[in-house]
Amino acid sequence: MGTEATNGGKIEEKLFQNRYQVDSGRPHVKIREHDKPSETLMKLTNICPAGCYTVDDKGRVEVVPDGCMECGTCRILTAESGELEWNYPRGGYGVLFKFG
Amino acid sequence: MNEERFDAIVVGAGPSGNAAAYTMAKNGLKVLQLERGEYPGSKNVQGAILYSDALEKIIPDFREDAPLERHVVEQRIWMMDDSSHTGMHYRSEDFNEEKPNRYTIIRAQFDKWFSRRVREAGATVLCETTVTELLRDTKGRVIGVRTDREGGVLLADVVVLGEGVNGLVGQRAGLREELKPKNVALAVKEMHFLPQETIEQRFGLKGDEGVVIEAMGTITKGMTGTGFLYTNRESISIGIGCLVEDFANSGVTPYGLLDTFKNHPSIKPLLAGAEVKEYAAHLIPEGGFRAMPEIFGEGWVTVGDAAHLVNAVHREGSNLAMTSGRIAGETIVYLKRRREPCTAEYLKEYRKRLEESFVLKDMRKYKDIPDLLHGSRQLLDLYPRLMSKAAQVWFRVDGKDKRAKEKEIIGSLRRQRGIVGLVGDVVRVARAWR
Repeated sequence: MGTEATNGGKIEEKLFQNRYQVDSGRPHVKIREHDKPSETLMKLTNICPAGCYTVDDKGRVEVVPDGCMECGTCRILTAESGELEWNYPRGGYGVLFKFG
Repeated sequence: MNEERFDAIVVGAGPSGNAAAYTMAKNGLKVLQLERGEYPGSKNVQGAILYSDALEKIIPDFREDAPLERHVVEQRIWMMDDSSHTGMHYRSEDFNEEKPNRYTIIRAQFDKWFSRRVREAGATVLCETTVTELLRDTKGRVIGVRTDREGGVLLADVVVLGEGVNGLVGQRAGLREELKPKNVALAVKEMHFLPQETIEQRFGLKGDEGVVIEAMGTITKGMTGTGFLYTNRESISIGIGCLVEDFANSGVTPYGLLDTFKNHPSIKPLLAGAEVKEYAAHLIPEGGFRAMPEIFGEGWVTVGDAAHLVNAVHREGSNLAMTSGRIAGETIVYLKRRREPCTAEYLKEYRKRLEESFVLKDMRKYKDIPDLLHGSRQLLDLYPRLMSKAAQVWFRVDGKDKRAKEKEIIGSLRRQRGIVGLVGDVVRVARAWR
């Protein structure tokens, strides 16, 4: 998007400090299949505070919710369009804040 | 089906759920509390400031063993532009009192402590359990919950929803509408660790004294939001939040915004040399009174963030959460003692009592503020810049006479906003505030 320079962009370093119990093979956020991402899906690549949304080599938006902090921002933005299937991780899984 | 019946099931172990569970258990009710995190607090994020009054009304002796960081002796409000801050600082020795009024806390630790008190009061607390849906009888009355545990059907006379801002249980059951992007803020936060003495030197503190800074201005890049910096014993909580709608429209990344805030010349020296140990994000319900859902119904009540109980103007939330949880708990205890059913007809008593407390009085007082901020972004961007400019003209000694400086300051106000705009802003703020 060319905005990394002004937008920070080292999200991996931030997430590295956090504790997660990843529920392998059971992602709690899924994107509806699409060929061309909607404007809203594209917005998620910037707004997600964990940087879970990226554009793949075919120009589609994909989500890897391993670093998800379960804030719900993406869920609210797509509530109308229904482009996401969003659930909380199973009990005990997901982010584990040490300090909060 | 494995069925066990409780007087009340509480969904969530944050401040509102804990306050409700504690109040009911302490009064002899059979209470089950469900928390999806590994331990209470593991999913929770706050600045965080604890308001003593709200907790004292639940646990009067909390100071004896609650994990408190520093009591607040100084409040700073900073209006920031890119190179400056104009501050209002209030510091008083009166805040060094026997029972301090506000403390900084670390939520994961505090929530664990509160939960221990809940269990000691007699409630059953089940962690690592996500509630998946509400159970209803044929008339639509809520009679319990289903969880992601095997055979996870649990029945109760009433369900208290303290599931937080992004609470799916009540929302998917149709008890409240979906949140709107203009009514929630996304906040990101980091924990910066420094030696205790360094923090005390940097902020001029002794013992357990603490400082909190609330900041606004160009740090939010024209979006509606605020930043904060709170001193803990051996760490500094720093964060910034803006409305989800504004983030979505601007394309600014939340972590980029936080990094820019951290690098502001007024903030950077306060964090120098710190080790970052956590990065967190959370939503804050900021739509005010008009965005509040119904908070009671057939067999259920909603408390805390799930009920949209946040006073965004005063940065208060946890005290509204604890107070609504306590009042919901007290109402249910009252109904049980009178052998009344937990139907909407009787649970409206919760709403009535909440109206009589500061919670809904304050929510009502500021009901027009969210709309004001939507329509007047200059309040958070232009005025901090104008104030900085005025202060600089005034304080810089450069051979210009003082009358010329006054003219320059007034002239810049007129140019940037115009007399009509200035007067309009004053009137709009006064109207929304009263």
